[in-house]
Order: sequence, then C-alpha cells, then structure tokens
Amino acid sequence: MKKIFPVIFVLLAVSASAQDKSTARPLPNVDVKDLTGSTVSSSTFENGGKPIIIDFWATWCKPCIEELNAIHEVFADWQKETGVKLITISLDDARTMQRVAPFVKGKGWAYESYLDPNGDFKRAMNVNMPPQTFVLNGNKEIVWQHVGYVEGNEEELYEQVKLVAAPAK
Amino acid sequence: MYQAASSQNILGGSIHGNVQIDGQFYVTDSAIGAPEVPEQFLSNGFANFIYERENFSAGLRYENYTNPILGFDPRYKGNGIPFRYLNYKNKEIEITAGNFYDQFGSGLVFRTYEERGLGYDNAMDGLRLKYIPVKGVYFKGIIGYQRDFWTKGEGIVRGVDLEWNINESISKLDSLKTKFILGGNFVSKYQEDQNPVYILPENVGSGSGRLSVIHGNLMLTGEYAYKANDPSDQNGYIYKDGSATLITATYADKGFGISLGAKRIDNMSFRSDRDANLNSLLINYLPALTKNHVSILPAHYPYATQPNGEYGMQGELFFHVRPNTLLGGKYGTDVAVNYSRAQAIDKVPTGDDMGYTSEFFDLGEEVYFEDFNVEFHHKWSKKLRQILSYIYINYNQDVIEGTAGHGHVYSHTVMLETTYKINSKNSIRNELQHLYTEQDKQSWALVLLEYTISPRWFFAAFDQYNYGNNFEAQRLHYITGTLGYTLGTNRFQVGYGRQRAGIFCVGGVCRTVPASNGFSFSVTSSF
Repeated sequence: MKKIFPVIFVLLAVSASAQDKSTARPLPNVDVKDLTGSTVSSSTFENGGKPIIIDFWATWCKPCIEELNAIHEVFADWQKETGVKLITISLDDARTMQRVAPFVKGKGWAYESYLDPNGDFKRAMNVNMPPQTFVLNGNKEIVWQHVGYVEGNEEELYEQVKLVAAPAK
Repeated sequence: MYQAASSQNILGGSIHGNVQIDGQFYVTDSAIGAPEVPEQFLSNGFANFIYERENFSAGLRYENYTNPILGFDPRYKGNGIPFRYLNYKNKEIEITAGNFYDQFGSGLVFRTYEERGLGYDNAMDGLRLKYIPVKGVYFKGIIGYQRDFWTKGEGIVRGVDLEWNINESISKLDSLKTKFILGGNFVSKYQEDQNPVYILPENVGSGSGRLSVIHGNLMLTGEYAYKANDPSDQNGYIYKDGSATLITATYADKGFGISLGAKRIDNMSFRSDRDANLNSLLINYLPALTKNHVSILPAHYPYATQPNGEYGMQGELFFHVRPNTLLGGKYGTDVAVNYSRAQAIDKVPTGDDMGYTSEFFDLGEEVYFEDFNVEFHHKWSKKLRQILSYIYINYNQDVIEGTAGHGHVYSHTVMLETTYKINSKNSIRNELQHLYTEQDKQSWALVLLEYTISPRWFFAAFDQYNYGNNFEAQRLHYITGTLGYTLGTNRFQVGYGRQRAGIFCVGGVCRTVPASNGFSFSVTSSF
C-alpha cells in the first residue's frame, strides 16, 4: 500500500496539471530587490502592453546561464520584432548574491535584473528548480511557462512571445 | 499550438501550484558500500497549492516522506501538511498568519528558508507584519516557533527589522548619484532553562546593523551582528558572546565585473533550541564566501561556514574579451577568476565557562578551505563552443566533515566542456573532467555525454572512474544513465546507475550521503 500511494499521488498531480484549463492568471504581487538592494514590487513590472519574459536563474545554474546567453545573441532581433522585455530573477542567496551584478555586467546582458535572495517570488510562482521561464501577455498575465533548458529551447520560447505580441490575441 | 499555463478559477481567484516526486529503487551493491535498503523503494514528495484573489492569498504544502530517500535526515519520515498560511497584502501593509520564510539583511541574525531537494526547512510558524509607514521605510515584525521536521522547536523566536532607503524617502536625494540604504534588526529567542546544574540564559538577544552605499557602478555593503551569551550544544555550552561581520564590495561595468568579500564569524551559531544540532532549528544563516561548484568532480569537496569561528575572504573577477582580438577570436571569450579562503580565528582559552577570548584581527593558523579557479568560455562558431576550467581546492576534511585523522585533501581539477549544435533542435554535449589528488580516494576521471532534442528530450550518460585509488579493489566505475522528457511545465526524468557516497552542505552543515545503486525517477510539475 505504501508503495502504491506515491504512484497515485504522481498520477493525480500530473493529471491535474494536464487538465489545461488555460486561464491566464495574474502575476503574483511579491517584493524583490533590484541589483542595488532597493525593494521593488513585482506589480511594478511594466512593458507598456507588450510581452514580458520572466526568467528564474542563478549564478550557480549552468543551463540557466546557457539559456540567457543564447537569448542574448538574438535578443536585439526579438526586441525589434515584438518589443519584448526580459526580466531575470536571480535565486542567489547571501552566499553568492554579490556576484550577480558583476556577473550580469561581465556577460553584457541587456536584461532587467532582480534578486530574490530568500525565494519569496520563486515560491509565489511555483518554481521548483531554475531555469523556469514565464511569458506574460500585454495585461501582465502569465500565459505560458517552461521548466529547464536544452539547446534550442529559446526558439520555442520566442514562438510563444510572438503569439502574445500578435495584435489578435 | 498555444499551450497555456493552466490554473483554475475558483471563487473569483486562481489556484496554482507545483509538485515534485523523487523515488529510487535500490539494488544491493557491496562493491561501492551501498547500504541494504529493506524497503527497496524510497521516495520523497511534496505538492504546493496557492490560492490568490486580489490582495489575499493562502497556501499549503503537503509533504510525503513515508520513507525518505537515503541521505535525507531520517527524522523527515512521515507525511502531512507542515506548511500553511494566510496572507493579505496591499501597498502599505502585509500580514501573514501561519508559516512563512523571511530574512533580515543578509541573514546573519535571522533567516528562515527551505532547500527542498536537500532536506532543509526551518520555516516559522507564527505571525508576520510588514509595514511601509512612509516611502523608503520598510518595517518587519515576526513572532513564532520554528519547524523541526514534523514538530516545532520549543524556543519562541521574535524580532523586528527596519530598513531605510534614504534616497527613496527623501525626494531631494532621489536624483543623487550616491545611494544609501541603512538597516537594523533585533531578534531574541526564549527557551526555558530546565537544566538542574547550569543557570542558562532563557532569553538570548541578537541584533545587527547594515549599510549599503552605491555610487554609479560601485557598491559597498557591510553588516555587523552581535549575539549575547548563548551556551549551546554547538559551542560546547560556553558563555562567551558572539559576533559576525560581513563586508562586500563590487564594481561592474560593461564587459567587466569584480567582487570582493570578507567576513569574520565568532561563536555565532544561533538556534531556537540550545540543544539542537545538525540542520535543526537554525535562526540565522552564515553564508560561505566560496564559489558553489556544480560540476561533478569539484563538487566532491564543498564548503560550509564554521559557526564557532572563521575568517573568510573571496575575490572574483569577470571579464569579456572582445571579438577580433588574440584571445577573443570571432565571438569573444568570457573569463572568470575566483579565489577564496577560510581559516580559523585566533582563540585564547580562558579555562573557565567563558570558553575563550579572541582579538578581532588575529587570524588562527588552521586553514579550513582554499579554492582557486579560473574559467574560459569560448565560442568557436555558431555551432561549437567550449568551456575550459581549472580548480585547485584545499579541503580540510576533519573540520568540514567533523571527522578526525584525515587531514587536508589537496585537489587539482581540469575540465573541458564542449557543446556542438547539430541543427536548431539537436545538440550534443561532452564533459571531460580529471581530478588529481594524493589524499582521500586519490584521482578520478569523468566522461559525460549528453544528447538533447529541443524542446522535449534529453539523454545523458556519465562514468566517474576512481582509477587512482590506492586500493586496487576500489578502482571502480560509477556509471549512470539518465533520460528526461519535458512537456511545458511537466518534467519526467529516469535514471539508472551507481551514485558515489557524497557530501552535501546546506544551512551551514555538511552531511554525507551514502553510496547507492539502482533505478531512480523524478517528476516535477507546475500548474
């Protein structure tokens, strides 16, 4: 019996998630820090009705860095075509937090960067492990999300951004 | 295909959450010293549910550790709902009733958090108030008990924190080039003294002050924390007071970044139960000032702060070598150099129950940990890129693992990682790692191959080979294969193979995970 329970638990949880009621939901309102340590509420994230990508990462997460590097190479085109903004949320805590600003600048990434040192925003967004990527529509509602990164995933992400950016949504 | 993030509409609000299950079927493998697992199958699982409607949210987490995976603290055995809360938030005020995680400043005095995958959770159960009385001023107050596996610690934890973002609150300074953020907090715990022999302090107070100064690309932060006398299991029941100092400086400009950090820890273990040990009931967080290595071989030797006393320092440099230069090639090269060191503070024993005295600037002789590493990321073409790194680690095994008679492990690791993009969907990745050491289990070599098909599939296999072991019978291969499938926010992973005995550090404590062999799976899903 004890062996069966976890299996049922998995099936229930996965089927619940696969039901796909596809209702966009609003972005949770949680405080994060900007790279200078000032408190910023996630409700102030703004891109004038254009799509927003939110990407949870950390300096110790290799696939996260690969994803942000891969996007960096094509980001100028993405912005030109869709006006998309990318917001990175670093999960580095007090141990590695001070590395984030020099790391981001060293990479030359042109993203809006925030810190979530105690995982408050991470929990509110139900992020298990980084990288986890969200696409927000013009009303700042979460319409798509993806866990993990493998080479080439940025193209699927951009397809979603284009869907949201298209005027007929 | 428009695959939306699914959430459910209930009572005008939305419900969303996530779930994770990890399980392993164990196979007997006496060669690697894998312990017998009578249950054969062990698993950990949890599911979070959050309900949100306008300013209101509520959440709970169900956890299932009916038989926790090897390496998890056996006190996790059980299942139930150890985490639930109600929360209200508007522009000025936020009230949380029930469980919460929070930290004051960098956490030297107070930090509750979770590392689910590593079995760390010291959540508060109580009340929290956050209040913004005027622009730029942030107040937090907390009271409650802490989670201790399936029970709560007997000590009451209460505290206040105040942060003043000076430029934000004084509009005249808003345009000033230099920004200042000041903060301070006080936290105390109460635990009854039932000891028949000693008179133990029932109330122990601790507080800290912090300051950040930001000028253009330069940022300086400092925090000093003090703790009143707090005899505990961790410090050997001495009556000395404690302190922690943490200073960091960073400078960043386009294509260039530098960060420097230093800290001093002196008798600063702070728990809501003076008799608790390992990862139990920690009120504060003492960050290690060392790089967090995630590659397999260098991760053999991790580090955690020594709460009873430590000097630590770290320096790190990042830069981007421009394209069309000698080292930059066609696409440029990213370089990172990092050095860190942790060593003892000088302690002069007093011979009484005060324990010792220590001068602030006096270093002790014993080195706990030292790490020098350098990393080059280079892109050769649109299809091919490589990472070359070298890591030297001096690991004081006795201090870090709490053992005796092992001394230091001096290791040199070289790694080459190659990623080749076959086309827009298919990629292949290879890692070669070699760790050289004369100590511990001597030298290791590793080969890893990974094939990914975006956006769904990945296949990976690696062999860790302890070829240099002094004992011929211990020159073993640890081969593991993994297959993963991702569909939106559902991720399935199965693996088969040997895992070596390893050490994981979390919450300032390192623990060993025994070797194992068998079939494992992991399912994660967000909804």
